[in-house]
Amino acid sequence: MSDLLVVENLRKSFPGVLAVADVSFSLRKGEILALIGENGAGKSTLSQILGGAVRPDSGKIILEGREVSFATPQEAIHGGIRMMFQELSLVGSLSIAENIFANRQPVGALNGIRWKQLYRETAEFLQRFHVSLNPRSLVKRLVKGEQQILEFLKAISTSPRVLILDEPTSSLTETESAYLMDNIRTLRAEGMSFIYITHKLSEVFRISDRVIVMRDGRHVGSRPTSQCTERDLVAMMVGRDIADNSTRPAAKTDGECLRIENFSRRGAFSGISFTVHKGEILGLSGLVGSGRTELARAVFGMDPHDGGRVFLEGRPVRSDSPHEAIRAGIAYLTEDRKELGLYVNMPIRDNLIAPTLRRFTSAFGFMQNKPINDFAAAKIREFSIASPSSFKKVGKLSGGNQQKCLVATWVGTDPKAIFLDEPTRGVDVASRADIYMKIEELASAGIGIILISSDLPELIGLCDRILVMHHGRIVGEVERKDFSEELILSYATGLQSDRGEEQRRHG
Amino acid sequence: MGSQQEVSSHRIRSRVAAVFAFRESILILVLVVGGIGMTIASPVFLTWPNLEAILLGLSVEGTIVVGMVILLVSGGLDLSVGSTLGFTGVVCGLALVAGVPAPLAIPLSLVAAFGVGMVNGVLIAKLKMNPFIITLGMMITIRGLLLVIAGGRAVLNLPPSFTVIGQGRLAGIQYPIIVVVALAVIGDLLLRNTRFFRQNYYVGGKEQAARLSGIKVDFIKIFNYCLIAVISGVSGLMITARFGSASVTVGSGIELRVITAAIIGGASLNGGEGSVLGALLGALFMGMLANALNLLGVDVYWQNLVTGVMLILAVVFDMINESRKEHRT
Repeated sequence: MSDLLVVENLRKSFPGVLAVADVSFSLRKGEILALIGENGAGKSTLSQILGGAVRPDSGKIILEGREVSFATPQEAIHGGIRMMFQELSLVGSLSIAENIFANRQPVGALNGIRWKQLYRETAEFLQRFHVSLNPRSLVKRLVKGEQQILEFLKAISTSPRVLILDEPTSSLTETESAYLMDNIRTLRAEGMSFIYITHKLSEVFRISDRVIVMRDGRHVGSRPTSQCTERDLVAMMVGRDIADNSTRPAAKTDGECLRIENFSRRGAFSGISFTVHKGEILGLSGLVGSGRTELARAVFGMDPHDGGRVFLEGRPVRSDSPHEAIRAGIAYLTEDRKELGLYVNMPIRDNLIAPTLRRFTSAFGFMQNKPINDFAAAKIREFSIASPSSFKKVGKLSGGNQQKCLVATWVGTDPKAIFLDEPTRGVDVASRADIYMKIEELASAGIGIILISSDLPELIGLCDRILVMHHGRIVGEVERKDFSEELILSYATGLQSDRGEEQRRHG
Repeated sequence: MGSQQEVSSHRIRSRVAAVFAFRESILILVLVVGGIGMTIASPVFLTWPNLEAILLGLSVEGTIVVGMVILLVSGGLDLSVGSTLGFTGVVCGLALVAGVPAPLAIPLSLVAAFGVGMVNGVLIAKLKMNPFIITLGMMITIRGLLLVIAGGRAVLNLPPSFTVIGQGRLAGIQYPIIVVVALAVIGDLLLRNTRFFRQNYYVGGKEQAARLSGIKVDFIKIFNYCLIAVISGVSGLMITARFGSASVTVGSGIELRVITAAIIGGASLNGGEGSVLGALLGALFMGMLANALNLLGVDVYWQNLVTGVMLILAVVFDMINESRKEHRT
């Protein structure tokens, strides 16, 4: 077998992050290459570069011996590399046939679509892949899994030489996954090559010929799948030395802060029970989609819940709305800074006071400018937000300063318990250090902290205890003395679980 | 030396730019310059009867625009204001003709207006429906309803105990003018300075973020639709009282004039921006423009053309201003 695709020293940085650092690898004709790594390891950026969605800063992509460069996904598809999108690219109000042949419908005189031919060709195509769907059905009538399969069929309908799949089974049932894998194997036999990105180690062994591991944007190892074990892969994914996790003195955990009892939300998480103590930093780990954010949003009252109760310092809290939660003393720092966290078109000061407007209101309902300006100035100093004035629009600040504004806003509500959801995502190193310092300060002030993070070293460095979620359940609890990335990752990937049907409660 | 001069001239320029970053300042300038020009061009312009006519002509748009700008700031929109205006007048007129005394007929008709706003607000906030579609539907529905209950005819012969609210004077100034000025002053103060109304900027700025900030988004939306409906009702009562009869067609098309005024005054259909003062100046601008064209003997059809161009210019101006600010940072 010859090398179909060769990637040499591919590099891409975003402000503050080196997403892909000098990655080189090759892909043979008729090979399935698994690409694995932790969240943020650079897998998605790498695949987006190959698929034409992102331009690399430097490096070469050589396809069939010729150097190529794609400005758009369309160019990549034309060149023979196609990416199958995780987010569905289908149009719900159109038929299956029109989706598969989007923009390539057979046309006759005056550019009119030849409907009969379109439906016939689609039917033949579907039959070839053993799909029993009517080409005329509207896509919105299909269930999520069928749509995902259709997305796959649409991708292979242009016969790409390389197909990039990013978590293709994330919304598939076991049967649908098996169908997908069977077809991938068939296509491999016909000479199509695949780059298969996944979180699920079991799939690596089920489908791939070779596996590449990425960490911090680097290609840290590759070997034939038949020559490695799951343990090897986890070790490669984690890799780094994690000796200095004793920077923080053990928390003075004096008394119960937030207690969650048997909390559930259908389709997101179920049977969640845990307790955070005053001054404790409790980590919440898990892969994307494990239900961590959904849990925090529901406790905060942003989303409804089906069952369970929340207690703050022993008193029940109605988690019906963020309004109630804030008044009770619960804060939630969202992971989605741009869409949910900040009002980017409003000045820093108006952002800082958003959850605490009442505090700056006189008896007659008027906003009091002086206290607001004093508060804003104090927060800007306290959180070292780099801005000449509190009247600057938040959207004009750098990512790190925006994040510090968000942290300042929610710490400014004087909460008793706070959920920090990915508090350092997309933040530069200096701001990150500022935020870590603030988190430790909050803990020593006796605030109960729930830290949600995909960054394992961050959790290990800061937390007193870590809970791990998988498929909407807490599957593991790790005490500080037992912290290791391998252990946490093995819970998060579902390899290990110590909380089955029976939920232990912690007091 | 030269550079020092440059710095100070730069500072002055940036001061000037800062003042003119506010839409209100530009509109005031345009109105003053236009006013001076008109005073020179026409001896009639700067006389009290003419100014009173401008203000009286403004009294309908000027009141409703206060509610509309609050709604626009929160990211909403109401096309049903004209129908609500007519509906309230007809309900009140029918009640009066049926013998209900004015002090009872007036609140009764305002409750009817409030009901329209409540329906709009609940459908839009609770069922998350598109405000454009819902209020367009209500605009047609309510106009239909008022035609049905009035039998398609104007309600005539309203008693003087009622018509006084549209025709009376306080210190020589007609009531509708006093109402529009009072509402504008109070409205501007409320939207600018009170916590309750400032929440609209958050809701319009980013609705989900506002919810996360603990703002009761649904309540605020419903309140706004009720508020603008009641304001439209008040406006409807005044115009009915002024004419002494409740017309079934009054208020048709006013919704677009009001939205135009608010947007010329700096509000945005995307929400999060606008002020009552700006919106009122926008309305005043439109009123003065009509008056000026009239005094200058220009054909009345030019009025639409000029207003339309002004609306487009205002929006284009916003775009350029915004992208220039982006560029600077």
